[in-house]
Amino acid sequence: MRDNPILRVTAKILFAPIIVFGLYVQFHGDYGPGGGFQAGVIIAAAFILHALIFGLEAGRRLVPAWANLVMLAGGVIVYGAVGVAGMMLDGLFLDYNVLAYDASKGQHYGILLVEFGVGLTVTGVMLALFHAFAGFMESHYKSGEES
Amino acid sequence: MAGSLTNILLLALLVFILVLVIRTRRLFPVVVLAGAYSLVSAAMFVNLDAVDVAFTEAAVGAGISTVLFLAAMAYLPGTEKEPPEARGLLHILPALIVCVVGGALLILAAVELPAIGDPNAPAHVHVAPRYLEESGSILHIPNVVTTVLASYRGFDTFGETVVVFTAGLGVLVLLAGRTRTALRRRKDADDADTGEGSDA
Repeated sequence: MRDNPILRVTAKILFAPIIVFGLYVQFHGDYGPGGGFQAGVIIAAAFILHALIFGLEAGRRLVPAWANLVMLAGGVIVYGAVGVAGMMLDGLFLDYNVLAYDASKGQHYGILLVEFGVGLTVTGVMLALFHAFAGFMESHYKSGEES
Repeated sequence: MAGSLTNILLLALLVFILVLVIRTRRLFPVVVLAGAYSLVSAAMFVNLDAVDVAFTEAAVGAGISTVLFLAAMAYLPGTEKEPPEARGLLHILPALIVCVVGGALLILAAVELPAIGDPNAPAHVHVAPRYLEESGSILHIPNVVTTVLASYRGFDTFGETVVVFTAGLGVLVLLAGRTRTALRRRKDADDADTGEGSDA
């Protein structure tokens, strides 16, 4: 698909708007439909589109495997850290009321951070799944065939 | 009334897509039809005012799953194996009985369900009223779904995130080429390239 000019141009034009839409879904979840799960999938879709059109290696240059692993684990860590932060501030685990000077603000911060964690993990998992499936042949069988 | 008519139409479309999926023997159309199935379900969720669920279904079911299936499809043969020749009623009888009895039980259970939007349904009288009242007026978060998901049921969502993480990790461990077999095979290939024989 690398040589088709229509696909290349479309992918280049769409890449940034898809990510912007993903971020909108991510951080607008309090006020409209959406949240971490959906946003994570949308942002992963942008990177997968890029990898589909420009090749797996170009996709891996954009998001290296180590960065992908950091995203995978980082989201869960962010979520857990918000919970522990509640405990540190004399609340319960995942109690957002104590995160700011009043309950409403605290809930806003807590939900925003927690959803960010969810989004990070989902983006990482989706990207890792795609690269694991699409790159499986190269990593396993090609080296076997050559020998 | 128009709402339920739309639902019936969408449901008919779902059944139609299902029949197509069952009758198709090639994988590529099946994957695309599965995406279409998710999209139609998403439309149905919108019609039922479950916008967040519809969003998730459209993004995950129709979007990412289709791409992941396509990526995984590259390792499978393109067409399904020919089914064995039809061998009469006796061979499908057990499956038929299971399907009919199971379906009848499901329909029986569905009859007992409260009507959609019934304010006296058990789900709407326990904690839901408190969530609905608090979320908008005290916490100033208009989307109650988000409040329930991330705050009231934050612990559940933490669990979900960990499940997603574990699933991703499992696939990475199995497929990402870090297994002992894959490493040994790659090492053998390297040795063969450089001309040094390996003992393994």
